[in-house]
Amino acid sequence: MAQITLIEAVTQALAYEMRNDDSVVVLGEDVGVNGGVFRATQGLQEQFGEMRVIDTPLDEGTIAGLTVGLAAQGMKPVAEAQFEGFIYPMMEHIACHAARMRNRTRGRMTVPAVWRAPWGGGIRAPEHHSEANEHLFTNIPGLRVVMPSSPARAYGLLLAAIRDPDPVIFFEPKRIYRQYKEEVPDDGEALPLDVCFVLRDGTDVTLVTWGAQVKECLEAADELAQKGISAEVIDVATLTPLDFDTIAESVTKTGRCVIVHEAPRTAGFGAEIAARLAEECLYSLLAPVERVTGFDTHIPLFRLEMKYLPSVERIVEAAQRTLAAS
Amino acid sequence: MSIAAKFEIEYLQYLDQDGKETGKELPAFTKDLDHMVELYKLMVSTRVFDAKSIALQRTGKLGTYASCLGHEAAHVGIGSAMRREDSLAVSYREYGAQLYRGVKPREVYTYWGGDERGNDYADAPAHDFAWCVPIGTQCLHAAGSALAFKIRKEPRVAVCTIGDGGSSKGDFYGAINVAGAQQLPLVAVIVNNQWAISVPRRIQTGAGTLAQKGIAAGLPCIQVDGNDIIAVRAAMEIALERARSGQGASVIEAVTYRLGDHTTADDARRYRGEQEVKDAWERDPVPRLRKWLEGKGMWDDAKEEAWKAECDDWMDNEVNAYLETKNQPATAMFDYLYAELPADLEAQRELVASLDRKS
Repeated sequence: MAQITLIEAVTQALAYEMRNDDSVVVLGEDVGVNGGVFRATQGLQEQFGEMRVIDTPLDEGTIAGLTVGLAAQGMKPVAEAQFEGFIYPMMEHIACHAARMRNRTRGRMTVPAVWRAPWGGGIRAPEHHSEANEHLFTNIPGLRVVMPSSPARAYGLLLAAIRDPDPVIFFEPKRIYRQYKEEVPDDGEALPLDVCFVLRDGTDVTLVTWGAQVKECLEAADELAQKGISAEVIDVATLTPLDFDTIAESVTKTGRCVIVHEAPRTAGFGAEIAARLAEECLYSLLAPVERVTGFDTHIPLFRLEMKYLPSVERIVEAAQRTLAAS
Repeated sequence: MSIAAKFEIEYLQYLDQDGKETGKELPAFTKDLDHMVELYKLMVSTRVFDAKSIALQRTGKLGTYASCLGHEAAHVGIGSAMRREDSLAVSYREYGAQLYRGVKPREVYTYWGGDERGNDYADAPAHDFAWCVPIGTQCLHAAGSALAFKIRKEPRVAVCTIGDGGSSKGDFYGAINVAGAQQLPLVAVIVNNQWAISVPRRIQTGAGTLAQKGIAAGLPCIQVDGNDIIAVRAAMEIALERARSGQGASVIEAVTYRLGDHTTADDARRYRGEQEVKDAWERDPVPRLRKWLEGKGMWDDAKEEAWKAECDDWMDNEVNAYLETKNQPATAMFDYLYAELPADLEAQRELVASLDRKS
């Protein structure tokens, strides 16, 4: 079996679902002949034709509004926002319509659509191409916000997102699009949404993260192991609706938690997890919850972007602080 | 000099403001006089419904309500030209079109009365969109619907309506632009009632007509007298047939006038003169069609009186049904959020349920 990257797993999932469900269509800018600027839709127009892999006019609002209309009429559109920094013109359709259509029509009309967007920093891209803005969506009721961190999870979670009867924002951490390859059987097996994945068992501290930071957290866990500290690593994967039970169970066991994310610190999604830990797990905590995040600044242009993104060093230090506290 | 492009916009009117034929040969549907009477009756019932809605709001039984007074010909003309399998995406005052398609007055009251169940139509097509408050966004939902119909090769058309103010939004242009590029079965109708709350038509755009915005999208476009239901219906029939037969989208500008306030929360006397409104009443669409029908021997005072009495009974019945509607339980805010309630929300739902039991 061929080994594939995260971006190839995205393509594989799209192709699988398009073969098996005629109502699945892909739309966006450059998704057709060009196969997407990251090649996520490579070869799909050749296979499925121009009516199912649709190059739209260059207007994100148009893409998002078409997506709502398509889904409302029984299609399963997978829209691409070329970069997460260009998703803002789509937000009116996502927040005002996709997220609330089922609710405001009491189930008469629904929007089973997926919005895919390459997400996050660290690829030396131009301005507006490196944002971490998932927290702007996790506060919108009626959505699912999903972020894979490996080829296998990209495949399984994207299949689940397309099959889900409700709208899903699917952020793809572009920094790890081609980080490594793994075997991903093209078997159409979806992974569960609303579930966190425990990637590494540990007993001393829980590292909670999502997206590209999974890489740094796993590396930090290796380093911590060398220092005799056993770190559990949780990939949240589906931010909302949150599987808090998995996080609570882990933190109850370890008594310590470091939350790691790229997005700015204040009101980032880590703040929600920290608040929930304070509400529900306070008496199990042996140390204050730590957050290692992007700063409350704009992500700098690329000469400084790695100074902004959480590093292995910062994560290790935060974990050590939780150990020092008790 | 060479010319890269030039355009003209046709203006369509069959009945003048006194209900007299302008001399242009009438379209075929007008030969069915019984149907023309049906259209007139719906225009009247829409007006009775509208007055009842405002009365409900004024007596505290309805929330903010957007009146359709003066738009009856435009709205009924749009709705009556469509087939049931077509999809309608409205803004929030196109009741004449919606009543024709089976939306019940009690559903309108329920929505403006603060209850989502008003959007869950019992008889109207399930593929029609609910009222759309964020201005202009419905145009793209219609374009997406049209794209779905095209992909599935269904002979269906998506229709969106938008106001003169809404035609300034990017989403309106986005919708007609993609419809032109993809030859989508879309009919975009600008119901130009001259006022976007307090902002008059002249401040919205420098364009001489709103119809000509369709030129920029490569679409056939026409301006019609929106108070002449024959003109509205005729333009709709042509545009719907064009879309249904795979020849793409159209833009129609129906020129009318908002005789009432923007909504019950508005007072139009703050920004427009009495004379203008008085003049607009001279172009009232309802007596115009009535006069034409009277000329054909199809209508008279007795019929008018009898029909209005029937409308009153209908609305009383609808109002009673609305007023008897019990509130949803507070937990209803969770029950249609997702297909299945996520486990993480169960505790919040239970909290709401317990608070609801106490109150």
